[in-house]
Amino acid sequence: MNSELSAIIESLIFTADSALSTDRLCDLLTEFERGEVKSALSGLVEYYQGRGGGFELIEVAGGWQFRTRPAFHSYITRHIKTRAAKFSQSALETLAIVAYRQPITRAEVEHLRGVDCGGVLKTLLEKHLVRILGKKDIPGRPLIYGTSKEFLEVFGLKDLKSLPTLREIQALGEQPKFERQEELQLEPDKAIPVESYLPFE
Amino acid sequence: MHAEPHHHSDEYLPLLDGLHEQYSVHLDKFDGPLDLLLHLIKKNELDICDISIAIITRQYLDFIKAMKDLNLEVAGDFLVMAATLLQIKSRQLLPVVEPEDQEVDETDPREELIRRLQEYQQYKDAGMLFGARAQLGREVFVRTASEPVLVAAQNVEGPLEASLFELVDAFRVLLLKIPVETFHDVAPGDSLSIADCINDILSQLQEYNTVQFIDLVKDELTRERVIVTFLALLELCRLKLIRIFQGSEHGSIWFVPAVAADPSEVINTDEF
Repeated sequence: MNSELSAIIESLIFTADSALSTDRLCDLLTEFERGEVKSALSGLVEYYQGRGGGFELIEVAGGWQFRTRPAFHSYITRHIKTRAAKFSQSALETLAIVAYRQPITRAEVEHLRGVDCGGVLKTLLEKHLVRILGKKDIPGRPLIYGTSKEFLEVFGLKDLKSLPTLREIQALGEQPKFERQEELQLEPDKAIPVESYLPFE
Repeated sequence: MHAEPHHHSDEYLPLLDGLHEQYSVHLDKFDGPLDLLLHLIKKNELDICDISIAIITRQYLDFIKAMKDLNLEVAGDFLVMAATLLQIKSRQLLPVVEPEDQEVDETDPREELIRRLQEYQQYKDAGMLFGARAQLGREVFVRTASEPVLVAAQNVEGPLEASLFELVDAFRVLLLKIPVETFHDVAPGDSLSIADCINDILSQLQEYNTVQFIDLVKDELTRERVIVTFLALLELCRLKLIRIFQGSEHGSIWFVPAVAADPSEVINTDEF
């Protein structure tokens, strides 16, 4: 691996305002082959992973970015004020439907959820997680919705293809532990914090 | 016909007790009728593919009744589902044509409901997975870069092309900033023409090369000026004389000449 190239790429990603795509890096580094840039990038990813430091190099929304490790968020938020709110269940459900079924109209979302989704969709639009893709060519010309680049950024996804498939999600659901515990709230003391049992990391 | 198991008839009582105690929290928990049905299915430890409509329907109706007793508005969606359940139940009560074909028949009236429940369950789970992901700005952070205004225009990564929706959005935001006008003056003052506005924009572009929407209207922030400027910009886009960019997503919208500015170029504005 070309260590000078790695250092150059590192400096570019470090100074960039937003995630830098591989294409952009290749455009900037005309003196190197695309293959070299790519292998330097994967070398850097490994390096940061292996280092076990406070941040790592992540490919998100089609670009490369340094991001802190989630484990340290409670320390970071002592210093940085965060405005991001936790998403409600209905927001997450709606977002999931839009993500997996896009392009999709509001009526289709509502059919899948069985409830009115106008308010939720509006909130998601305002937060720029969902965007209007256009109008569907059917009577009434309803708006069609899809997820935005911010959606990928907020949830740390490389692209839409890196979402787990619905089949994979179903397989998780079949392990009763996740499902059973999530119900409830009838007895307040039995409420379980959401983070504690979810199949993540 | 189904005989209703006895132990279930007691079960909904604690459900209602809990409801009375903390109904506000409780009702938030159910994101619509499908969510409530899934809850009832799990509570009764039923298989989603073989739900007992009799039990579920009764508990579902009890729940709605409890909501009404608490003087809560029951959303129409919940009532639609109640009607669906009752319809399925009544179809099940009808005598089956061939008595020997009791258990399974091709047209299980529950089929459609079960399919919807399974599908909903998938998205509910997917939503939970999203919720469990480390979220930017909550669990994960990036280096915070300030947003230098001019750098945004000559962004290292090149400006993003703005979509029509973003343009319309910028227009809407701007309109909101404009104080409500009172119309005392009936006589038409110096009315603005789109053609004049186009020439203004083009001359500004020659001078500065990049112009921001707000700069075009900030001297005279009136509804009329904003609308005329907006129309002028759309016209310029149509004529392919300018290009519209956003330095960053949802950032300021910038306008740059579509071709290198040619001072000798004279725009024929007669057609507007």
